[in-house]
Amino acid sequence: MDVSSAFAAAFGLIIGLDPQFLQIVGLSLRVTLTAVLLAALIGVPLGAWLALARFPGRPAVIVLVNALMGLPPVVAGLIVFLLLSRSGPLGGMGWLFTPTAMVIAQTLLVLPIVIALTRGTLEEFWGEYREHLTSLGMTGVRAIPTLIFDGRFALATGLLAGFGRASAEVGAVLIVGGNIAGYTRTMTTSIALETSKGDLPLALGLGLVLIILTLTINAAAYGASRIGSRFAG
Amino acid sequence: MLTKRSLLASGFGLALTSSVLAQATLTAPLPAQTVAPAAQTRFITVSSTTSTTDSGLFNHLLPGFKAKSGIEVRVVSQGTGQALDTGRRGDADVVFVHARSQEVKFVEDGFGVERKPVMYNDFVLIGPKYDPAGVKGSKDIAAALKAIQAKGSPFVSRGDNSGTHSAELNLWRTAGVDIAQARGPWYREIGQSMGAALNTSGAMNAYVLSDRATWLNFRNRGDLEIVVEGDRRLFNQYGVILVNPARHAHVKKADGQAFIDWLVGPEGQKSIAEYKINGEQLFFPNAAQPGV
Repeated sequence: MDVSSAFAAAFGLIIGLDPQFLQIVGLSLRVTLTAVLLAALIGVPLGAWLALARFPGRPAVIVLVNALMGLPPVVAGLIVFLLLSRSGPLGGMGWLFTPTAMVIAQTLLVLPIVIALTRGTLEEFWGEYREHLTSLGMTGVRAIPTLIFDGRFALATGLLAGFGRASAEVGAVLIVGGNIAGYTRTMTTSIALETSKGDLPLALGLGLVLIILTLTINAAAYGASRIGSRFAG
Repeated sequence: MLTKRSLLASGFGLALTSSVLAQATLTAPLPAQTVAPAAQTRFITVSSTTSTTDSGLFNHLLPGFKAKSGIEVRVVSQGTGQALDTGRRGDADVVFVHARSQEVKFVEDGFGVERKPVMYNDFVLIGPKYDPAGVKGSKDIAAALKAIQAKGSPFVSRGDNSGTHSAELNLWRTAGVDIAQARGPWYREIGQSMGAALNTSGAMNAYVLSDRATWLNFRNRGDLEIVVEGDRRLFNQYGVILVNPARHAHVKKADGQAFIDWLVGPEGQKSIAEYKINGEQLFFPNAAQPGV
């Protein structure tokens, strides 16, 4: 196989705007962005709390969260699969093999990254601004909103890292989503399927599109944060 | 549907989200997040084998059934063993697989209502064109496998408890080779789908047992070709089973049965016979044939 046919396939996919292909791209973005948003809503406050709180066993919690950044996607998928299976504790929801299951699995993957990076960033900020904030009467938990607001651009990097992990993984979404055509088929599970069918140019073409999308999102985020920090002075 | 504008918006959305989140986090309650509220669609979940999906059969069959019944069929494709497990756990309404003894046991154990034969195709032995074991053109699969083992020519096994894997193990037994004893570096279990096994064989110049449909639909053939075909022992029967609603109350009995009835009825059988790649028929309907 030559690489030019992969580029041709990628080009064809983008230019052709095939509805099936757009549906796959749309689902991938929807699942991953929802997972990142959920992980941010849960992870940023938790990370901030972990940065400021002092309690016995805190180092162990920090090490655990850092280690979970390396949680293999296939393990996250398996855990969610066992929870959501009809024979599992949450089987009654009927969520297995749905996009909701994929969001849950990816949230589980992104969450440790958001918590760990938020914790690291805000701990540094806290070290810097502690006296200042304390003099303004903001101690402990009350300092968290200010810290998060001041650290927002640094925290965005953590969310992008989370986005990267979620959009690139295939193990978890394959197990909990089932790669159902037109329903739970994403960019990465399509790549796996086309590889399996031996259509390597199409698989690589899809991979190129995924890389382009990731680049676009990162560039947009970078641009927005540049503009944002200029206005924030 | 995704438009350029919404793509851009979601890109910026992430950046904006991250800066706005800081404030939103502490004030806004967690929104009830659900993706794809397609819950109103009438659908069933079918766990089936990689061969039916990789060969493109479902893409051909399902639009016809949906047009007729209004029921969307969501296919999760796995190896036969795993597909039956999915049914056992109640995560599918219907299983559509190809390993008769496993299917019969599934029904006997009370997980399925009734097994119905649907169609057949055959297995073929695929190997490198230069044919290191010298088996090309034979119609005797047992002799061919014996020769491969004797010469220690590389052989790729699915190793994933799939229908094709079961068939392969049965064929080794037929050939009088105790694979547990005879296995060595030449025998490579990969634990993956049919397509992946073909990719691996191509890369290692190895022999591999494949169902004919996946082979016909496979693009990355490289130096591989069919070396043995036409032995009666290479027969490959597919069956369909409704998961037992008595065991899993949520099973969509009526819609699942409607799919099965369509599949083994005249329309489904005709549609199966009509599926061809390059003029070659991939599956042969035989729902009316007794004892398969």
